Amino acid sequence: MDVKSTILSKYNAKVFKGRQDHLLEVDAGQTQEIAANARAVPGLMTNRGCCYAGCKGVVLGPLKDTCVITHGPIGCGFYSWGTRRNKARGDGEGRNFIQYCFSTDMQEPDIVFGGDKKLRQAIKEAVTIFHPKHVMICSTCPVGLIGDDIHAVAAEAEKDYGITCVAFSCEGYKGVSQSAGHHIANNGLMKRIIGADDTPPPSKYAVNLLGEYNIGGDGWEVERILKRVGYHVVSVFTGDGALADIARAHTADLNLVQCHRSINYVAEMMKTAYGTDWLKVNFIGLGSAAESLRRIAEFFGDQDLKNRTEEVIADELAAIEPDISYFKSRLEGRRAALFVGGSRSHHYQDLLRDFGVATVLAGYEFGHRDDYEGRQVIPRIKEDADSKNIETLTVAKDDKRYRAFLSPERYEELKSTIGLESYAGMIRDMPDGSWVVDDLNHFETEQFAKLLRPDIFFSGIKDKYVLQKSGVLSRQLHCYDYSGPYAGFRGAVIFGRDLTMGLYAPAWKMVTPPWKAGDREGDAANA
Amino acid sequence: MLELTPNTLAERSALRINPCKTCQPVGALYAALGVHRCLPHSHGSQGCVSYHRTFLTRHFKEPAIASTSSFTEGACVFGGGSNLRTAVKNIFDVYQPDIIAVHTTCLSETIGDDLNAYIMELTIPDDKYVVHTNTPSYVGSHVNGFGNMMAGFIRYLADARAAKNNRVAIFPGFVNPGDIREIKRLAGLMSLDCIMFPDQSDVMDRPMTGDYEMFPPGGTTIAEIQMLGGVLQTLALGEFACAEPALVLKSKCQVESDLMPLPMGIAATDRLLMAMSALSGQAVPRELEDERGRLLDLMLDANPYYHDRKTAIYGDPDTVIGLTALALELGLRPRYIVTGTPGELFTTRVKTLLATYGREDCRVKAGADLFELHQWIKNEPVDLLIGTSYGKQIAKAEDIPLVRAGFPILDRYGHSYNPLVGYQGGLRLAEMIASALMDHYDRTCADEDFDVVM
Repeated sequence: MDVKSTILSKYNAKVFKGRQDHLLEVDAGQTQEIAANARAVPGLMTNRGCCYAGCKGVVLGPLKDTCVITHGPIGCGFYSWGTRRNKARGDGEGRNFIQYCFSTDMQEPDIVFGGDKKLRQAIKEAVTIFHPKHVMICSTCPVGLIGDDIHAVAAEAEKDYGITCVAFSCEGYKGVSQSAGHHIANNGLMKRIIGADDTPPPSKYAVNLLGEYNIGGDGWEVERILKRVGYHVVSVFTGDGALADIARAHTADLNLVQCHRSINYVAEMMKTAYGTDWLKVNFIGLGSAAESLRRIAEFFGDQDLKNRTEEVIADELAAIEPDISYFKSRLEGRRAALFVGGSRSHHYQDLLRDFGVATVLAGYEFGHRDDYEGRQVIPRIKEDADSKNIETLTVAKDDKRYRAFLSPERYEELKSTIGLESYAGMIRDMPDGSWVVDDLNHFETEQFAKLLRPDIFFSGIKDKYVLQKSGVLSRQLHCYDYSGPYAGFRGAVIFGRDLTMGLYAPAWKMVTPPWKAGDREGDAANA
Repeated sequence: MLELTPNTLAERSALRINPCKTCQPVGALYAALGVHRCLPHSHGSQGCVSYHRTFLTRHFKEPAIASTSSFTEGACVFGGGSNLRTAVKNIFDVYQPDIIAVHTTCLSETIGDDLNAYIMELTIPDDKYVVHTNTPSYVGSHVNGFGNMMAGFIRYLADARAAKNNRVAIFPGFVNPGDIREIKRLAGLMSLDCIMFPDQSDVMDRPMTGDYEMFPPGGTTIAEIQMLGGVLQTLALGEFACAEPALVLKSKCQVESDLMPLPMGIAATDRLLMAMSALSGQAVPRELEDERGRLLDLMLDANPYYHDRKTAIYGDPDTVIGLTALALELGLRPRYIVTGTPGELFTTRVKTLLATYGREDCRVKAGADLFELHQWIKNEPVDLLIGTSYGKQIAKAEDIPLVRAGFPILDRYGHSYNPLVGYQGGLRLAEMIASALMDHYDRTCADEDFDVVM
């Protein structure tokens, strides 16, 4: 029996039907379709989180100049407090809200009689104690069910305190995964924040970094490189990010999209409203970082910038070459599986290739078909009941602020040469015979680990120890196991070091006690 | 660190800042992991269980398995019955546990899902079980969720007509596998035949073998939970986690319980051993008396380093009460004792303890948060913090040594293997506390005050 049949054969008919289109073996050269962004099957241990986790946890949580109040019982706020490694340094005034957790800690009477009074009071207290310029409200499941009008409370707070206050109805039951929350957060930022401050950038070549959450300091490494070449980063969505900067995002010349899944809505909407072009980039991996830099320089078309880009790439690569060669010698020939939330499962394949590590399986926790197959499929994606419940914002051209950086001819030219406003998806970059699995669950993780026997399984904390206990090195690509950065040139060295460290940990060789050495061979033989 | 926290305290009635508690379901999930071949199941949207599994895995550095009903908007409107039916079928088909322990979430509680009715209507395979408990996140804390899940197992399974047996039920409370192992060792040395419920040892502290087992050998068996109906007595450790299940067992099966604090420090461990001795008829053996003596020896040897050091203790009520008792025995001076879990019983218990040692000069608060604790500390500093990982922010901001104890500890390895309970746990804590204080002194003192011998 082949891999797919072996796994599906364990399922009952209904689950079989529900899961069969979420798994595929890559047939290079063929156009393949995968089912994605569909409901998880109840009872199968999915790794997915919820809408709130996508909105508050991913997109809004990293904003350091913003007091994000979770409106709900205590759990949701507590779990999303300081647990995602989205690093941030205090702003100019030493303010950093991300060390704090704010919650209305709703109690039974609030559920019975309504929680809006408590929310109003909580904002008042936050304003009194912290004097924030920006307050955001994120609602959790019961708030939507009891019908608290958080948007009215937010509007009132703006009037009463002269602050920016935006409410996000990101109840956990909305959509089918975190993805719905990303969309809701994108909508709120677009509606209320972007475009609020017209202060022009201090220098030319101004860009925004979209979908970079500064996990382990990735964003800082990317910014370091961009600044070296000569770019000015207006705003970052949202790692080490500030709403004050995001309000000026429309003044940038170009949007660089790192995590396609979580932020592509903003990129698209900004193109419509402000004419800002966007470019899908990937700063994970040496080849892809260099290629991204070249494409950005090509967008601006300035020869000096292009020359400078080549100088920086050459210099950065030369500086790390001895380390990269060494780690490559230790890693070459290994096989990896990757299961992460959105775009990382794709991005890290580039970095792994730099070290001679092949991908045998990759999947997204909450990707959509376009993340797998490329954006050309978007018009053909059928909306289901769950996705229809998430607002698709229609934005209009902002005549006052609309600014096309490129001439129409140049725009058309760059569309094909540097892939402006396009993303070809993950599958196209995957080797023939490798596996793509959407919303991989606990059962399938175990099965695939047995059947494909990868040397390294990149995943998250929930299955990390399942894999490690079965003898497969597992590294977390959500939090980098408290290491990083992994982005850019210097990050690649840290990644290579961490992988080598993990694979060659002395403990692996001692798993089988000497008195049992004859009983089994190759046990946990990673090293 | 925490630069936005002002010294001036402002009245707060609505805004919780930097909480010292979380919600009921995660406690229920942890309790259910202590039942053999049990799959905990969260009846709500899938984000809840994702957070809970993450939280527990980060604390134990072990897989924490649990499934979910994966509610969508439709389920909220039409009720979660269909999701639960589908989930239960799939769980028994794919993962094959012996029992599914369902807990609710604020979502399913708010829409009023009737789990009793849903479960009665389920088709459950022979010799398999589905039990449930209600864990509304907007009531109490994770500690209540833990006790409620235990009560749920008892309601469904404990057999009121079970033949009387000579075993003793031990409810170890919301503790680590290392604590449970220690309590079992004590029971063994006291010749007590016990049913430990729940029992996360050999579930949440599995050895590395190269083989992952989804259902490891540990955990209280279903048969043992059924037998709880016929035990001699219950030793329920930790009033806040265990009062509810002890009460349910008494009302259902007429089993009396001895509800006592977690055996942390000398007096509370003495109390447990005497209760065990009364039940087994066996005197406390020399081995344990020696352990007790060694702990006392350390307490006296290092006494100057503990004496009158101002201490803040925070975390879950049972653990905090246990730590406070030990702190008082060591000669530390408790200054702030807080828990996030609401309930005035906590303040009563702590104040009684403090009064015993004439240490009334201490602020005690239930339903508190770490922001408030930090503000108190800013106004009057302490020398030592004892509590969970979330206090590390305060420790760094104010340069106060922190001894980690309780739930959750997300930033250290190996802690859950070792006990805080019993004389052994006391020995470990006493050493950790003295070392933390002395390391801090070494690091901050002037060169001329630096001693190689202390």
